[in-house]
Amino acid sequence: MENNFNKDGDRGSDKKPENAKNDVVTQELIIEGASCASCVAKIEDALKRVVGVDNAEMNFAQRTASVTGNVFPELLVKAVESAGYNAKTSKNESDEDVLEEKEQADLIYYRRLMREMTIALSLGVPLMVYSVIGGEMTVTTSTERMAWLIVGLMTLGVMVFSGKHFFVGAWRSLLNHSANMDTLIALGTGTAWFYSMVVVFFPSAVPDMARHVYFEATAMIIGLIDLGLALELKARGKTSEAIKRLIGLQVKTARVIRDGEEIDIRIEQVLLNDQVRVRPGEKIPVDGVVLEGHTAVDESMLTGEPMPVEKVKDDEVVGGTINKSGSVIFKATRIGKDTALAQIITMVKRAQNSKPPIGRLADVIAGYFVPVVMIIAVTSALVWLNFGPAPALAYAIVSATTVLIIACPCALGLATPMSVMVGVGKAAEAGVLIRNGEALQTCSKITAMILDKTGTITLGSPKVTKIHLANATDEDDVLQMAASLEAGSEHPLALSIVESAKEHNLKLDSVEKFNAITGHGVEGMVASKHLLFGNEKLMREQQVEIANYIGTAQAMAEQAQTPMYLAVDGHLAALIAVADPIKDDSISAIKRLQRNNIRVVMLTGDNRATAKAVADKVGIKEFFAEVLPEDKAKKVAELQMQNEIVGMTGDGINDAPALALANVGFAIGTGTDVAIESADITLMRGSLHGLADAIAVSKATLRNIKQNLFGAFVYNVAGVPFAAGVLYPFFGLLLSPVIAGAAMAFSSLTVVTNANRLRLFKAEEH
Amino acid sequence: MMLINILGLLLIALIVWWFWLYKPGEVSISEEDIVVTVENGTYQPSRLKVSAGKPVTLTFLRKDASPCAATVIFSGADISEELPLNKAKAIALPAMQPGEYSFTCQMQMYRGTLVVD
Repeated sequence: MENNFNKDGDRGSDKKPENAKNDVVTQELIIEGASCASCVAKIEDALKRVVGVDNAEMNFAQRTASVTGNVFPELLVKAVESAGYNAKTSKNESDEDVLEEKEQADLIYYRRLMREMTIALSLGVPLMVYSVIGGEMTVTTSTERMAWLIVGLMTLGVMVFSGKHFFVGAWRSLLNHSANMDTLIALGTGTAWFYSMVVVFFPSAVPDMARHVYFEATAMIIGLIDLGLALELKARGKTSEAIKRLIGLQVKTARVIRDGEEIDIRIEQVLLNDQVRVRPGEKIPVDGVVLEGHTAVDESMLTGEPMPVEKVKDDEVVGGTINKSGSVIFKATRIGKDTALAQIITMVKRAQNSKPPIGRLADVIAGYFVPVVMIIAVTSALVWLNFGPAPALAYAIVSATTVLIIACPCALGLATPMSVMVGVGKAAEAGVLIRNGEALQTCSKITAMILDKTGTITLGSPKVTKIHLANATDEDDVLQMAASLEAGSEHPLALSIVESAKEHNLKLDSVEKFNAITGHGVEGMVASKHLLFGNEKLMREQQVEIANYIGTAQAMAEQAQTPMYLAVDGHLAALIAVADPIKDDSISAIKRLQRNNIRVVMLTGDNRATAKAVADKVGIKEFFAEVLPEDKAKKVAELQMQNEIVGMTGDGINDAPALALANVGFAIGTGTDVAIESADITLMRGSLHGLADAIAVSKATLRNIKQNLFGAFVYNVAGVPFAAGVLYPFFGLLLSPVIAGAAMAFSSLTVVTNANRLRLFKAEEH
Repeated sequence: MMLINILGLLLIALIVWWFWLYKPGEVSISEEDIVVTVENGTYQPSRLKVSAGKPVTLTFLRKDASPCAATVIFSGADISEELPLNKAKAIALPAMQPGEYSFTCQMQMYRGTLVVD
């Protein structure tokens, strides 16, 4: 047996060239890293050595190679790579082409199904009508035999034309020791037809009362299921709308500046560090950093952020977003598969196809489903034959057929993936990237959310918020002195002072005798003045008189600002307050979480006073201050010990261990850092509303999955026994195979349609 | 009647044996890569053997227009890939621990087994 199978497998691989490869065609490759003309010969040579290649020519100016032959493009890419260069296939590789091809293939399949459905129903419906209005469906006279023989042959035609795929599929999977929906349909319709033909050919072999034919059932069932499949195909197309939209954002051409000239090239030809020009109204083709010009960019399609974002020199731009107002030149920093958009597409696609744990039971059941249904069908037939009323044989055949037809493993199998597909896509539209189905499911159950303060609740970039003058008379002077002193320092607070001086266009002096006093501040000589800049402790130790300003400093701290004292030649000049501003919508987003009964906890490394001030301002009651980065994970564990399902939100870099430990780790991206490894969910937009959105989407998706699973289970658990005839002894009820066919065809359509309802989901208004 | 009942029970036994108890032969993946054809509701071959701890590349060729066939999922390796119609698609699998992993379509109707040892 094993040998036979191996042979089968080998035959499979022998088939490869004729099936998988195209005929002789010319393919174009994009070559990277070819810097000199001598590379040309090397690359051409490498390509020509690939089996199946007839000719290869490289165009050095365009950095492309055209290859003629009968060969997989992947092999060509490999050959170029082994010669030391990089290559990409230029044809049929973009997501958009793949998508278009898929849609084209689906359309062809749809039309085929509709055609098959029409043929099957144009035989099935008249027969059905005939039987409903009381037409004789039995075989008694020889004329009837002749007439039914013709109908039987016509039904065979329907089975071949409209139902061939069921029968071939059933046969092939049977040989493969597996069973699927095709098996059930083929067995069901096949049994009905075969029995009817026996009645037609050998009426005497069948008891008088059982000489009934069921050709109408065979034709109707095949037609209805084809119709169901066609409609399902249409509905499925809609489930991938979100990914389609993302793919549609990809740009086809770019305008780059090479050797001082602007040229339009295909997107695949853009190289790293190319200077790319984007005019107002155009899409930004790849990721990069602005070199020249300033503009506003609409990033809503990626981040969900409705307001255009200002971009000036050194700002990052993301491919797929729309340049609104100005013309800019930027340097390409990420191209091809590395761009944020490409990564988002890959991630969303993967997540859409992954399964949350809730679907696992359905999968296990689906795996055993078909053989179990076959066993039920046989059992049911036996029971009818042994205990059923006359004509027992006819009842046995009808019940077995109906059981086979009504059982729908598809509804069960489709229940989870269809909802996940729509839910993950919906989340992506809101700028929420969900890594996989498990994250989606856990997210719907979150009971506690830990928020890191810096960079999560706040912007993460401290700014000078206030200068309170003591002996000094001019704020700019104070700023200029403090900034000059701090110019060489790396401390984040120091950076904010220097930044602020820059904004005020202040010229900095050089500093001498600079000395950093750890935990206190700094000192140094600027413009022949001795400066001290730091906290209260520093002033006290250096005996600077600050008694009159301690109250002011405390007031600053209570407003979540960090006060710093500047002393000039031993006298206090001013107090400078630095604060990390709270993001505009943090307060409303945190309220939204709390409204959803989520316990919100804040973590920060900052001192208690600042932490309390921020927590009060945003309405968080529970907070932990002075938490060292390595202790953040401990806090996650503490909450988990209290039986909370913990979500942790951070920037994904410092918080990696805590994010990994949390039940769901949320990373706040900055628009370009998409694939933050330690995070289960990445928020493309800085806003905390993404958290509430993610939870809302996941809850809606899980609810949808549960509806689908419930529907599919109930349908099968109720439908199969009903079809087998358990209600007959009590109520005399027996299901017609045609009704079973219709129910089965529309059960999976219902699942897909219900999943599509999720597309209408809207997160709560912010 | 007795005969029919016995035949019926035999049929049930056959179903149990054919679909559940029987283990199909395996096809080893070695240097010469094997193309798994997706056709008529099945993966051919459906039981693939690969060595543990070594990444492998499988090539899938989907000839089945049904949308069910469009995605192949290796749930153990967290991989799901779209299969274009009538076009070879290479899927790189990471090095895996010994064991049996199933690969299926979204709805678990197309089923194959990856034996890693």
